[in-house]
Formats: sequence, C-alpha cells, structure tokens
Amino acid sequence: MKPRHRRFAWIGVGLLALCAALALVLNAFNSNLVFFFTPTQIIAREAPLERAFRIGGMVEEHSLKRADTRVQFVVTDKANRVTVEYVGILPDLFKEGKGVVAQGRLGADGLFRADQVLAKHDENYMPPEAAAAMKKGAEVAEGLSRSLVEPGAAGAPR
Amino acid sequence: MIPEIGQFALVVALAVALLQCVVPLLGAARGDPLWMSLARPAARLQFVLVLAAFAILTVSFITSDFSVAYVAANSTRALPIEYRFAAVWGGHEGSILLWLLMLTFWMCAVSLFSRHMPEAMVARILAVMAFVSVGFLLFLLLTSSPFDRLLPAAAEGRDLNPLLQDPGMVIHPPMLYMGYVGFSVPFAFAIAALLGGNLDAAWARWSRPWTTVAWVFLTLGICLGSAWAYYTLGWGGWWFWDPVENASFMPWLVGTALIHSLAVTEKRGAFKVWTVLLAIIAFSLSLLGTFLVRSGVLTSVHAFASDPRRGVFILGFLVVVVGGSLALFAWRAPKVGLGGRFAAVSRESALLVNNVLMLAAAGTVALGTLYPIFMDSLGLGKISVGPPYFETVFVPLMAPALFMMGVGPLARWKSASLPGIALRLRWAFGAAVLVAVLGPIGAGAWSPMVALGLLLAAWVAASGAANLWQMLGSAEDPITQAAGKREGLSERLLRARRIPLASWGMLLAHWGVAVFVVGVTLVKGHESEQDVRMAFGETVVGGPYAFTLRGVSEGEGPNYRYQRATVEVAQAGQAYTTLYPEKRVYRVQSNPMTEAAIDRGFTRDLYVSLGEAVAPTAWTLRIYYKPFIDWIWGGCVMMALGGLLAVIDRRYRRGRVGA
Repeated sequence: MKPRHRRFAWIGVGLLALCAALALVLNAFNSNLVFFFTPTQIIAREAPLERAFRIGGMVEEHSLKRADTRVQFVVTDKANRVTVEYVGILPDLFKEGKGVVAQGRLGADGLFRADQVLAKHDENYMPPEAAAAMKKGAEVAEGLSRSLVEPGAAGAPR
Repeated sequence: MIPEIGQFALVVALAVALLQCVVPLLGAARGDPLWMSLARPAARLQFVLVLAAFAILTVSFITSDFSVAYVAANSTRALPIEYRFAAVWGGHEGSILLWLLMLTFWMCAVSLFSRHMPEAMVARILAVMAFVSVGFLLFLLLTSSPFDRLLPAAAEGRDLNPLLQDPGMVIHPPMLYMGYVGFSVPFAFAIAALLGGNLDAAWARWSRPWTTVAWVFLTLGICLGSAWAYYTLGWGGWWFWDPVENASFMPWLVGTALIHSLAVTEKRGAFKVWTVLLAIIAFSLSLLGTFLVRSGVLTSVHAFASDPRRGVFILGFLVVVVGGSLALFAWRAPKVGLGGRFAAVSRESALLVNNVLMLAAAGTVALGTLYPIFMDSLGLGKISVGPPYFETVFVPLMAPALFMMGVGPLARWKSASLPGIALRLRWAFGAAVLVAVLGPIGAGAWSPMVALGLLLAAWVAASGAANLWQMLGSAEDPITQAAGKREGLSERLLRARRIPLASWGMLLAHWGVAVFVVGVTLVKGHESEQDVRMAFGETVVGGPYAFTLRGVSEGEGPNYRYQRATVEVAQAGQAYTTLYPEKRVYRVQSNPMTEAAIDRGFTRDLYVSLGEAVAPTAWTLRIYYKPFIDWIWGGCVMMALGGLLAVIDRRYRRGRVGA
C-alpha cells in the first residue's frame, strides 16, 4: 500500500467512526428528550401516553395525601388540574401552594405517575417550567371567563 | 463610607484595566519597551485594587452592615463567622467579584513568574487578560454592584441560602473559579502567540504549567461540588448531569485535552493549531459556564437572579470574546505550520485520538445542555435531556479513551511498533481480564457493565504499572527503550529517584482515573437505595447492614431548629454504629433542609436521611448503601495531585529562574 492510499484509509476509518458516533449520540439524544406539558395541555390530550414527560404547575392547597411513602397531590395551572402520584420521599422544598415539576408517565386513567419530583433550591424561586405553566394557565382561565361574558370572543387570546 | 471606597476601588481598577489592555498591546506592535513595561505594574495594581474591594465587602459581612443591599440579602447576625466569609460569594454580585479577584490574581501571578519570557509576549498576554478584566469590571459596575446601598438599612438580613451553609461551600466556589478563570491564562497565551506569530515549543513549555494548575483547581472544584451535592442535597447522588454541573464539566474535558495536546506541542512541535484552538475553546466554555450559571437561564442553586440585563451582557461579552478570538484564529492560524510529522502508530496518534474523544465528549455534553435552552429561547417548547442520554453516550466514548490511556504512555514519539507495545502490555492486559472476570463475582453478582468498568480501570492501573516498570528499567532513555535487558527489582527501584516528577504526576493522575472508574462502576452496579416508612423500633436491611429507627428528638442549632432521628446500624447481628440524620428548619428563610447522616468507609458509605413524619411514631427515611463511592472523589484528588506534581517538576522551575 502506498503512503497516500494508507492516509486515505485512515481518513476513511476516521470518518466511519465519526458517523457511527454521531448516529449513536443522536439516537440516544432522541430517545431521552423529555418534553414538558402543562395541566391544560394534558387535559386537552396533547401529552403522549407511551412516553415519559414533565408536568409543571402549582401544588394545589390541601390536595396532598400521604400513605407512608406513597403520596398523591394535584398539580394545577389555575385552569386545569392533574393528579400526580409519587412513591418516595418528596424534596425538602415541596410545599402546597408552591411551584413543582414532576417527571413520569400519564396513565390511561388520567393519573400521572411520577418517578421524579424536582426540587427547587430557594423558597423565592419558581422553576421556570412551573412559572410558564402558571402563566399559560392564567391566560387560558382568562380566556374562558371572557368567553363566558361575550360569546363572540371565544378564541382564547394567546 | 467604607463600601463606597470599595466601589471606588473597582472604578479605578477599570481605568487601570483599560490602560493595561491598550498601551502594552500598542507597545508590542510598535516595539516600544516603555509602553510594554506598563503591563506588569498595571496587572499588580489591578490585583491590589480588586483585593481591596473584596476585603471591604468581607468586612461588611463580618460587621453585619445591613445598609449594603448585598449583605442584607445574604447574611444575618446569627450567621456563624465562617459562613459569613462564604456568604461573600454566596450571591450573584459577590461571586462575580470573586471571579474578578481570581482573574486579577492570575494576572498578577503571570506578571511575577514571567521574567524568562520575551517582553512583547508578556505585554500581549497581560493585555488580553486585561481585556477580559474590563469586560467583567463593566459587568460588575453596570449590572451587579455588590456595594449598592439599602436605604434605610435593614434591621436584619435575609440569611445565606441554608444549602450553602456548609464547610464544603466555603471552598468549592473559590476552587472552581480558580480553575474556570485559570483557563484565561492559556487563552491569553494563545491569543498573544497568534498576535505575535511566535507559536513554538518554548511557547508551549511556558503555557503548560499554567494550564495544568488551572486544570488542577477545576478538578478539585468540581470534585468538591459533587461531594457537596452528595451530602447536602440529601438524596445521595454524586452527579446529576444538571446543566450547572455540565457547565463546569465541559471546560474540564477540553482542558484535559489541552493539557495533553500541549505536551505534544512542547515535545514534538506538532498539534500547534489544534492546541491554540483548544485553549480558545476551553476559556470560551468557562465563559459560557459563567453565562449559563449566572444569567438565570438555568434552574439551580447557582442561578441567583434573573435580571435579563445580566444575561444579555454576559452573552454579548461571550460573543465578543469567542467571535473575536475565532476570527483571529482563522486569520493567523494558517501561518502557524504543522510541526513534526508522525506515523499512524505513535504517541502523537494516541494523544490525538484521546483529544478527539475528549472534545467529542464535551460536544455531546454541550448538545444535551444547550439544546433545551435554544429550544426554549426560540419558543419551540420546553424540553429537558435526562441523565440516561449522557450515560448512554459517555460509556462508548470513554471506553476507547481509557483503553488508549493505557497504550499512549508506552508508545514512542514519532513512530512506534504495535507488536512492541503489545509485548510490553501483555501482563497488564492479562491482569485486567482477570480482574474483570473475578472482580464482579467478588462484589456479588456478575454483570457486563460492572465487568467492563473493572476491566478498564484495571487496564489503566496495570498499564500504568507496566509503564513505571519500564521507566525504572533502562539507563539512557527511560521512555523509548523497548523491553530492556533483564534487571532485578532492587536495581530498578534504585532508579526511582531519577524519574522526573512530571512522569510521576502523569502516573498518579492516570491511576486516579482508574480509582475513579472503580468507584463509578461499583456505585452504579451495586448500590442499594430504599425510601421506606419506619415505625420506631422497626428494622430495614440495606446491603449487609440492618438499620433500626430508635426515635426522633427535637432541638435548636445556632440559626435553625432541628428534628434528629437516632438510627442504629448493625452488621451480622452486632451493633456497628449509630447515625443521626437531621431535618432542619432555618429561622429566617423558614425552608426545611435535610442533613443526611453518613458513615464513611473505604469500601462503602452508609447514608441515612430523614423524610417526613407520617405518624406520631413513624417517619419516612432514605436508607442507602453506597459501595466504593468515596473512590470517586479519591480518584479526583489523585488526578489533581498528579497535576500538581507535574507542575512542580524541575523543568519548569529552571525555566523560570534562568533563560
């Protein structure tokens, strides 16, 4: 083999390895993307049933129920509510009336089974996802009440 | 009055930085020694000014001067004195001031330890660093001054975030910042070399110790952060692939590549363009990390404030620095030349492969970290990328890197023979396979991932030993001589003193990687985590231990109330130890915090943390059994020590004193 050919062979091997690595990375990336949905989107059946995703909003006051390590609470964006179930110990800063983000799967029965409840690190701080959900929820709620007053403006403002 | 002096010192520092940025650069371009000579005193003056500002802020914390808004937001009178020091960098403004202090410290250090370098080079380096300093001083003064007054003064402060009230937090930020900011030195070296057009082996030799020191600090900083997350966040993980962690991990990966590529540039004159590019990328990623962490784009303990002006400013500065240096790179790099040639099988190739793998790893981390942020900022929906992505991608990337770590140090520069390497590594390979087969069986159950992890760790360790054996073996050239004549152990040991410190450093760092891999593998493969309800007197089994909850009592700490559980641990029916996990509520911020109780051991940690009371005499608890977890941090410390040994090698010291 001439040196030139050998160099081409090495470059070829390198490119092949690069392509393989890229395919591997993108495949792993694709199957581990976790999307985010608000309670309103979940009620509207926009969220997938077969894939894990994140839900965010506020923990509804007086909705927390405990049975040993199994807990249930309601996540709300003030327009819609989704019941979340979680087995394990909740993070320190989990509180009723505060923002929360949970990751898990939605059951056909409408119950969201979380395998992760994310902590926020500061009492003054709202997870951005939860904050966004509350904002959208407020818009939806506002749209609903407005549509009740004047039926002409039914399309919720966005 | 005193805080205003601090503010004033920063303004003067800005003026000095502007001078230091412009005048020496012009001097270097015109060959004017007087203008160039301004760089050193200016750098030292800047350090003194920023240090003064920092000291003044510290005094405000110690004297609880709540007329300073930043102090009022991050301290209380009840805060213990050591945490008042930590509180100086416990918030956004102070941490940027710390960043700046580190930058001027590095600048001052360069001005002191650069007598052997050409004057024009030093002038350019310090000017580039002053440019970075100007950016951060403007940022501090315009968007986040730590000395802003609060009128009227607050009667009591809002306290330091309880998560940060921890000894680890006192040293984690300074260490991490020393590392982050330390990469500004190789960056400045690279830019100065591009400007001056003198990229050569001498340049690489000057640049190496700085890069290694920065890398050592970054390693320790990340290690401390990981250890802190393990024992304060209360859920026993050591790495979460959280964007904030990734932000520090990306410059680490590129910095590791840079250290190795600098070695090639120094020894063989090759990889010059590549080395310069890595230096630029490493510092750009440090800046990117600062941007991600400080601008409030990310959800984390580190995101203090979401003032959009701050994010925009850092992003703008990032664009200027990265864009400018890459443009300069594109303009000047083609003139640099390629340097020494090398064959496909050689140490250069091995290092190149590792470099590419490190950069690819940094790229995959960047993809997983930045993609969600881009999607969000473009309004395309909120997504996140979970740890499984990073884990899936990292194993196939790091496995070949670890394999090459064994081969590289034994391969000759320029051209090596595969059969020769194979011959010298046959025992190491045999030992690694043996460990991979027997190790997992000894640890409990055999599983392919544990076997792979142990195989790679043993391979790195054993090939390091083979390398040491070879270095001890020959007389003239410790590295390149092939399997030498037969010599006894005592003869070889006599030569141990002759091995340069840099080689010991390399060996120690690589063994550190092996120890780290053992820790990661065994924690991942054999840990046991249970969230359980326990009534008083009830027993739960975790690993070979039995945990019994005896009771929960209440009490008062300096600035918090606590509930403390008593958990007795027994091994094989014998009482072993008692653990006291706590649940704390801090008075001012009133949020609860879990203080885990950990029994540390060489081969395992017992980790107990307290959940909630579910009945008058029953609580939920986390009972974790973590085999070999301390090896993870032990390995990191070994890597850092290795780097330190390499830096204090005589080669660099001689370089400093003489020509």
